[in-house]
Amino acid sequence: MEADRSNREGLMGWLNPGRYGWERVSYWLQRLTGVGLLAYFIGHVFETSSLTQGPDAWAAMLELTQTPLGHTILLLVIGMSTYHSANGIRLIFAHGGKGLGKPGRPDYPYDAVSLNYRQKSGIWIALILAAVAMLYGASVLFGGE
Amino acid sequence: MTEQVIEKIESMEKKREKEKHGKETIRSSVVLKIYRANKRAGEQPHYDSVEVPVQRWTTVLDALLHAKQYKDPSIGIRYSCRMASCGSCGMKINGIPRLACYTKVSELEGSTVTVEPLANFPHIRDLVTDFAQFFSHHHDVKPFVQNENADIKDKNKLSEFMQSPEDLDKFLQFSYCIKCGLCYSACPTVATDTKFPGPQALSQAYRYFIDNRDNATKDRINIVDDKHGIWRCHFAGSCSSVCPKGVDPALGIQLLRGHMLGFSKNEKKIADLQDRLRKDEEAKQ
Repeated sequence: MEADRSNREGLMGWLNPGRYGWERVSYWLQRLTGVGLLAYFIGHVFETSSLTQGPDAWAAMLELTQTPLGHTILLLVIGMSTYHSANGIRLIFAHGGKGLGKPGRPDYPYDAVSLNYRQKSGIWIALILAAVAMLYGASVLFGGE
Repeated sequence: MTEQVIEKIESMEKKREKEKHGKETIRSSVVLKIYRANKRAGEQPHYDSVEVPVQRWTTVLDALLHAKQYKDPSIGIRYSCRMASCGSCGMKINGIPRLACYTKVSELEGSTVTVEPLANFPHIRDLVTDFAQFFSHHHDVKPFVQNENADIKDKNKLSEFMQSPEDLDKFLQFSYCIKCGLCYSACPTVATDTKFPGPQALSQAYRYFIDNRDNATKDRINIVDDKHGIWRCHFAGSCSSVCPKGVDPALGIQLLRGHMLGFSKNEKKIADLQDRLRKDEEAKQ
């Protein structure tokens, strides 16, 4: 019997990450922040390249970032980079098999050892660090004169 | 000592049962929202709602079979053992891949249970999917012990493969895989890359890689060391969270990658080097 090949979730599978637990949320955030940081990197290269067109062009470009929208984007970049770095360090170790526990003899209710408290704590630490960095960033960006 | 351990286990089980029953909701009936489609016969995808009576112990498979027996015999469903051993009745239940025979209706929230075919598997009809590609990935990782030193043709030369309980524990949990495909369906990489072997096949690669009876280490690493191979796993952990047998495929994949990256000691390689050194010394003497 010929099967219908169009049953892949594709990128739609990324939606509703909460249904598989914190590790899936972390995966989703890591990818999202990665894409966000790549977009920022491209924008940043474009911004700094204005230096080649003289001081006036550079000053005009800088003015764009000195607006509430510019500050909000920078705040998001602070949060994204902090989360991506902290969670990335956790993932480097996890990808090397560190901090995951040892294989054993599974017993009911078959909780997975790799989805342990160390991994969950790592995700929470990354989220808290990102929130703290964003709060500090907000106090500097929006709290000044 | 043994009695203390048994007591501890019993108290843990009682606590867990209490927690579990606390989450259960007792209902007299539920509405099954069943995905129906048979594109080959021109039937477009839609959902049929069927109300079925349930008890506290009724599983989703029991409810589906009741619907099939008394309401609509045309419901397409694959099942066999009814005891989470064969892995045939995998389906998405309320959006999460689960075994229908291993999921009690009372454990689910709401009075409607939505059942859909497993995602990322080619769809055949209603709740039935095609496992050909999934089994092909499993086949590709050569899921059997390979040992060139074992002369299985000459019976007189046959000898035992020695293995300690500690050696067994390194791979035993991965050998409990029933190939139900739930991990494959939950994996976000499989959802976007058809060539990715998936959590099941990769965890089986580790199962044989770490088995001290197997000596095809290089071959096994070459199979998974591909741009669509093990490096595409990003440890979303969804495979392990849906596995009904505690196989924990994510653990196997990360441990295998740890060996490939040099994070972990390759005991087989060390044993091989020690053996070569011993032979060299013997030759010198």
